[in-house]
Order: sequence, then structure tokens, then C-alpha cells
Amino acid sequence: MVSDSSYGQVLQFPQQVTFGRPALTDVLCNAAADAGAIGVVLAELGQSDQPIVWVQDYAARREAGQLYAPGLRALRSTQPILRVTVSHPRDVLWTMEEAATCAGLSAVIGEVHGAPAVLDFTATKRLVMRAEASGVPLYLIRSGDPGVLSAARARWRVGSLPSRLNPNDPQAPGVAQWDLDLFRARGRAQGRWVAQYDPTAAHTTNRFSLVPRSDAGSLEACGQSVQIGTES
Amino acid sequence: MASQYRSVPSHDVPVVLSRNGTHGPVVYSLSTAGKDRGINRGDRVVDVQAIHPDLHVEIADLDGDQALMQHLVHWARRWCPWTAQDGTDGLYLDVTGASHLFGGEVRMLRDMVQRFAMQGLFARVAMAPTPLAANMLARFGAPYQISTQQNITTDLAPLPVTALRITSDMDRLLHRLGLKTIGALAAIPRAAMMQRFSNVAVDRNPLILLDRAMGHSPDPLNAPPDNVRFIARARLAEPVIDPMPHLKALVDDLCRSLADVEKGVRQLLLTIYRIDSECRTVQLATANASRDPAHLLRLFDGKLDNIDPGFGFDLLTLEALRVEPVLRIQENLDGKRDPQKDVAGLVDRLTARLGRDKVTWSTWCESHVPERVEGRVPALQGAPSAAPELFRDRPIRVLDPPEEVRVIYAVPEGPPSQFRWRGMLFKSTRHAGPERIAPEWWRDKPGTRLRDYYKVEVHDGRRFWLYREGVINDGRGAEPRWFMHGFFA
Repeated sequence: MVSDSSYGQVLQFPQQVTFGRPALTDVLCNAAADAGAIGVVLAELGQSDQPIVWVQDYAARREAGQLYAPGLRALRSTQPILRVTVSHPRDVLWTMEEAATCAGLSAVIGEVHGAPAVLDFTATKRLVMRAEASGVPLYLIRSGDPGVLSAARARWRVGSLPSRLNPNDPQAPGVAQWDLDLFRARGRAQGRWVAQYDPTAAHTTNRFSLVPRSDAGSLEACGQSVQIGTES
Repeated sequence: MASQYRSVPSHDVPVVLSRNGTHGPVVYSLSTAGKDRGINRGDRVVDVQAIHPDLHVEIADLDGDQALMQHLVHWARRWCPWTAQDGTDGLYLDVTGASHLFGGEVRMLRDMVQRFAMQGLFARVAMAPTPLAANMLARFGAPYQISTQQNITTDLAPLPVTALRITSDMDRLLHRLGLKTIGALAAIPRAAMMQRFSNVAVDRNPLILLDRAMGHSPDPLNAPPDNVRFIARARLAEPVIDPMPHLKALVDDLCRSLADVEKGVRQLLLTIYRIDSECRTVQLATANASRDPAHLLRLFDGKLDNIDPGFGFDLLTLEALRVEPVLRIQENLDGKRDPQKDVAGLVDRLTARLGRDKVTWSTWCESHVPERVEGRVPALQGAPSAAPELFRDRPIRVLDPPEEVRVIYAVPEGPPSQFRWRGMLFKSTRHAGPERIAPEWWRDKPGTRLRDYYKVEVHDGRRFWLYREGVINDGRGAEPRWFMHGFFA
């Protein structure tokens, strides 16, 4: 966001969009069993050899399934994953807090389904402070859209879009495309983009690209999201 | 040791322990009743069973025997400070200067036999000035034989030459030469014999062994060092309810003793002795050996809440059950902590609170069956590893177990066009596949059906991984069923 003395706030699309590293990022899933959120997070994290801590509660495991590591490799993600399976969201938060202090990690990713009472504004605030102290990016993937308050520095809503045309087989799905909706962010304008991730692209910089959503050149299309952002 | 008898055989039934030989199980060890019937070690068990139908066979537990011997070596230090193991079934005790504590040599030997008998073990004992002579007398001499430097030659003379632990070839050679006893061997002029055995290894040469038995050449005992227990105790003047305030001193104490020997702890055991003579224990493990008091203390967070202190306790012990060497290494010059160590510490904390099986690394297996590719190993034992490169499109999430879906598809082997999953209807817009994955005949049950996997994209863009189990008329069940297995990013 750029402040201009004569015109007040000027909203801009950032040229190079990154998630608000390092801090807590909320990633909300648009639909049930939509794995696009994970794809976006992993595509954004890139390659590293430092481990990721991945923690899931029981409800998320049952609703959306477990992580499948060979599929991560297909997304060019090489980080070893320390998998933590817990039953209660309270333990997810505890694990994320504990892991956030560990500087040897490339990221901490937690998954919570629905809107449990323990995951309130205070809890997310604690996570944010931990993450800011250590510099480890935290991601909270929330399915079953809760729409509750969160202190996350950036909140995204992610959904899958029909994939691009497969050049080899028009019948088959091609390169994955996602609908990214940044509906609350600190120090940055909100926006909505279409992201596409091509893990087979030759250059790392070409793999993850964002284009402004064609029908959302103005922000009206995501007016509702902006509403949620200003409330929190 | 046979750990569990199905039934205790009576005394006249021959009992043998078997181990696997080149051509099936062979007799490894046998009872006295078996010896009386003429069974020998090394006989094939099937042959012996044919001759003696009442034979009782147990499988020999060689590792268990070895572990027991290791324990006995240290236990036998109740009589003297130097003890060592001899082969698989013998103990050497250097009782020099210790026998008077037990009322003389004869009483000491009787005490040994009694105490072994109390553990259910039969022991043959003998005492001699050299370990080898004592060994020979115990195995081949009279019971409770005590030999001194003066009469060792006469005591050993009647024993067979086999007692010298020579090879069977050498034994046969000596018998052909007419040398059947130690006495006969000792009486031969040495020079001629030594020339004959000049190419025999030193520890197999009967003359050199005889010298060691007689005490003419040195034969020192190599006793393993004592097991050191790293244990810290806190005795309290009055019973207390909360152990937490005393824990810090205990951990500091333990870490100090570990630091002296450059070791770190892998397993910790905290025992709380209550005043009503009961005790409670808390066990913890670490991924890397550690002697950092702050880290170890942190592992106890929340672990002591569930301990029932009763009317209080007055003794706490903290023991390092497993220790490993930790060298002092310099961490980074810039003052930052070593990331690897950080992760190990994190694994410890997570495991201590959540449990061993909840915190895991992946292991990899070369298989085409999707659920077999990845295995889980507790993070305390495993090491981080990245997934192997796959050349097939694989989903990023899988359902475990796969959920059945109702599918409309082009019979018999067409792609799905419409399916209902969790009460919702999905229409396929694009699909890739099928990718056929056949069952692994060397691992799967005979009736397992093949799977045809499809990557299906539905109208709103979600990409699913569906499979059809089996094909029509494959002879392995009724109509094929469809399952939802995973989700693509």
C-alpha cells in the first residue's frame, strides 16, 4: 500500500506477490476437500532442505484426508516433513506454538477444520507473536470456512479453478489454476488473482505466476471479503 | 533359554533346544535325560524325533542366552571384582584375595553353586591358579575341585586332551599319536612336539595352551568394565506433593555427571517414591543425545500433572536409562543455534507431550500401490528424508481408507462421467487415465483386485483421484466398485 499526500491511499496490485512471510498466514479453503490451499502454500514456499512441521487435527484428517508426500514431490517440494497427528485443535495450536520457536524449520503448517472454540483471536495473536520472534513462517489451513476473527497478518481464501488446457491431451486436466483472494492483509492492498503453478517449468521464477482476475479488475467482485477484513 | 513352556515335561522326557542348521533344525543343547538316551549335539531334530517320539523340542534363544550371560558376568562380581565371560556358557572369576570373605575357598564354591541354583541354573565350579586350568577342571574334572600351584600338574594329568579346547582335527591327531590325556602330552619332550605343531595358530597349539594352563606363560583375564548407572537422587526431609521444584536440581545433577564422561541421555526415567511405599514413574526419550538441563527439564512440562502423589513422597530418582556419547562441538561462529539441533529438540518436546507414534518422519518403499509408498517411523528413531522422485501424477492428499463413491460410467471400462460422494453430485468435465495398478502378488491376498485410477476434474475445478476396483468378469467378485482416494492440488 502506498500513501500519497494528495490522494490519500492508493490501492495497487503488487508486482511480485508473496505471502506475508514471516508471520501467520491464514489460508481458507473455498470448498470441502479442496487441496488447492496446500498447493498454493507449497508453491509459495519453494524448495529447501529444512523440514516442514505439518500438524493436522482429527477433523481435518477425516474431512480432507492425509497429506501424501509423493504428491508433494510432484509439486517440486523437497522439504522433509515432520508429521504430527493430534486429535484436538488445542494440540494443533500448542504444536504450532512450540514449532514456531524452532529456527531450523522452513515452515510450520497447521490444519484445522471448522471453527473450534480454542482457535480464537487470542490464540492466533499468540501464534503471530511467536512467528514474528523466530522468523519461521506459519500457515494455518482452515477448511469448512469458519469466517471468524483472526490476527493473521494475511488472510487468503483459496479455491481451485478449472485447469489450463493440457497441450498433450485436450480431455485431460492441465496445469493447475487457483483463485486467490487476499481479503485481509497488513501493509498491503487486498486483491484477487488467478494463480497458476507449473512444476515442470524450466525456471523457478516461472513456476508460480499470478495474473489479476479478469472479472475482478475492480474490487467490487470481492467486496464481501473486504467487508470481513475490515471487521476484524 | 526357552522363555515359555507350553507344558513342563517330566524328568524322563528328553528335552532338546534346536537351532537352524544347513539342512533344517539341529540339536543345539539337550537335557540329561536326552544325553542318557544317546542324543548328541548337532543331530538333526527330525532324525531324533523319529527315534524318540516323546522328544520335547524348544527353539534355542541364542540372543537371550547371550544377554543372560552378560548379566551374570556383572552379577558374579558379588564374589570378586574381576569377572569375564568364557564362550557361551562359562564364567571366569578372579577370586584372588577374596575367598576369605566367604569363609574359605570351599565355602565360597558351595555358595556359588547354591546361588546359581536359586536362579534355576546348574553350575559346575572349580578353582585353579590359571583361568584355563580352572576351566578344564570345571568342565572335565571332579566337582568342587580345588587345585593349587603345587598339585596342578597331577590334577590336570588325568583330563582328556579335548579339555584344552583344541580343534577336532588336532584332537584326532593327538589321539592317533597315542596322546589321550594331558599327562601324556606333558610327558613328551617339548622340542620334537613343538616342531610338529609349529604351523598351528597360537591359541590352538596344544603345547602353548598347556603352558597357559600350567601357569608357565601369562594368561591374563580381560574383565569388561562395570556398568555405570547415571542416576540422581533427591531425599526430602518431609513428604511433599509437587515434584516440580525438586526436578531442576536433579536434572542439573544428572547433566553434571553426564558431562564428566562426555555423554548425553537418550532415555530418562523419573521415579517418585511415595510414603505409602508405592512408586510412580515417568519415562521420556530424546531424538538426539542431550545433556542440556534446560531442554531436559522442559520435557517434563505437563508430564507430572497426572501423577498421583497420594499422601506425598520423600524420594525422587532420575535415571538415564540410555546414554550415548556427545562431544563438545563449537556451534556457529555467528552465535546462532544449530538448526539441526533445534529440530531434534523440537521432536523431543513434541514426542514427550503427544506420544511417540504421533510425531513421525516418512520412510519410503518402492511400490506402485499408492498407500505402500510411504511408511511412518517415530521421529525419535527415524531421520528426515525427502520423497523419492515419481514420474506419475500423484495427488497431494489421500483418504485413508478410501471412501466408496457411486459412479455413472461407461461400462465396462470407461471413465467416470458423474459421481456422488459425501452426498454431493459431481459432474466430470475432464479426466486423465486410466492408470492401472495391479495388486502385488507377493504381498497381497489372493482375491485382491486391480485398480484403474482416474484423475477427474469437476465443473468447479476440483481435481479428484478416483479408482475402480476390478473389472467386470475378472472372476474376483461382483460388480466393480468405485472409490475416492485422493485430491489433487
